[in-house]
Amino acid sequence: MAASQPGAMFIAGGTDLVPNLKRRQFDVPALISLSALSGMRLIAGDAKDGLTIGAGATLDELAHHPALNGPYRALAQACDLVSTPQVRCMGTLGGNLLVDPRCNYYNQTYSWRKAVGFCLKKDGDICLVARSSPRCWAVSSSDSAPVALALNATVVLHGVGGERRIRADDLYKDDGIDYTTKRADEVITSLHVPASKERMTSAYWKLRRRPAFDFPILGVAVALSWDDGMVQTARGALGAVGSRPVDITPFLGPLTGSRPDDRLIAEVADGADKPARPLDNTDLSHYWRKRMTRVYIERALRDACGLPPVEGRLSAQVKASSM
Amino acid sequence: MSIADKVVVRLRVNGEDTAIMAPPYKTLLEVLREDLGLTGTKHGCELGECSMCGVLVDGKPFLSCLAMPLDLEGREVTTIEGMPRGRELHPLQVAFAELGAAQCGYCTPAMLLTAKALLDREPRPSREAIKDALSGVLCRCTGYLKIFEAVELAASRATRG
Repeated sequence: MAASQPGAMFIAGGTDLVPNLKRRQFDVPALISLSALSGMRLIAGDAKDGLTIGAGATLDELAHHPALNGPYRALAQACDLVSTPQVRCMGTLGGNLLVDPRCNYYNQTYSWRKAVGFCLKKDGDICLVARSSPRCWAVSSSDSAPVALALNATVVLHGVGGERRIRADDLYKDDGIDYTTKRADEVITSLHVPASKERMTSAYWKLRRRPAFDFPILGVAVALSWDDGMVQTARGALGAVGSRPVDITPFLGPLTGSRPDDRLIAEVADGADKPARPLDNTDLSHYWRKRMTRVYIERALRDACGLPPVEGRLSAQVKASSM
Repeated sequence: MSIADKVVVRLRVNGEDTAIMAPPYKTLLEVLREDLGLTGTKHGCELGECSMCGVLVDGKPFLSCLAMPLDLEGREVTTIEGMPRGRELHPLQVAFAELGAAQCGYCTPAMLLTAKALLDREPRPSREAIKDALSGVLCRCTGYLKIFEAVELAASRATRG
């Protein structure tokens, strides 16, 4: 398919790729459209048998799809919170899973970057966020990625070498430049969310300055499976706190076998923000983003447990979570 | 630019099939404005942030500054020029004019088309639904209130009749 044109990139919705082309972050000899591939928009299955979602399904379709208003609700919430309605009508799930990691020193025009000095990620040789760092710290800014981890989803890739199925967790690498294990000739064709034997609930909470536009500066996805009011398994992941989505499942352990109440959820949230290490390279201060991680984990867990939001003022960044 | 750098771009715009020769990297916005002369679609940030360039593709709001025309073959593109029925303005256009829901007018084409997509899907939307649907379109004059009221007026007229 693609391997004959070195450097060529695939285009689906184009909402991440085209702005990057215009700002000269990407410099490609050719674009290969995925819009003619058949079956890429198929959504099939249910919570009993597992759900397969074509990577070409638009975010708008997923935000309102009936298959996603039960146990997999977090995915619909995440898709519904991506950017603007226009972008959601164009952008696809596959594209959102692979959003190019973002950074204040990278997502700028060519002339801005030239004036400030180019960074490691494009045209330069040092990271402007951490100058002595040998690696790039651009931030994983996908809303659907942490949800894919929390739901323990499988990503199906097709390339020259045939089909490959990997866990969503294995799709990402902790590097702002070399951020995915997807090979250049491969395309994500679908996402498979496994069935849940028990009752399952999930939730996604997103922090950003402008609720109608922005990329996440923090995303929290959680998924709980239940048996008779007791939590059987608890999985979770954070978005936008590192160069890849961060698994917080080990920190949610105390929920297993419990009937979560206000106190337990607050305690769990207290420890679960540990792996979040936001740097000063996205919107708003990184100290505040770190503090909000605990708050948003608590809110997401309460949401998944069907408890009302925490008492006190909810910040303007919060979109009504009821669906 | 020589003809060898150009490709045939086939589009269906406002109900009319059309084919032009253009370089393949031109965006839909550039093709609409420069090749088809449909300058009602406005040019804003060019990066998908302001939605000034909004058009409808198969009835859904799309950003023409990010859309590649070659990808849209066989799909129905609607621009502001395609909104009136012949000489008759669309009810949204009438309501916008009556209530003065335009200050400088630069966002108006995108506002109208985005509102049309909403009313086609949801004929009697709540104020919240209107705000949500139009949330991507930036009005640089910040005249949102009259825009919301005009959408409500058009919706109430359409559903009353």
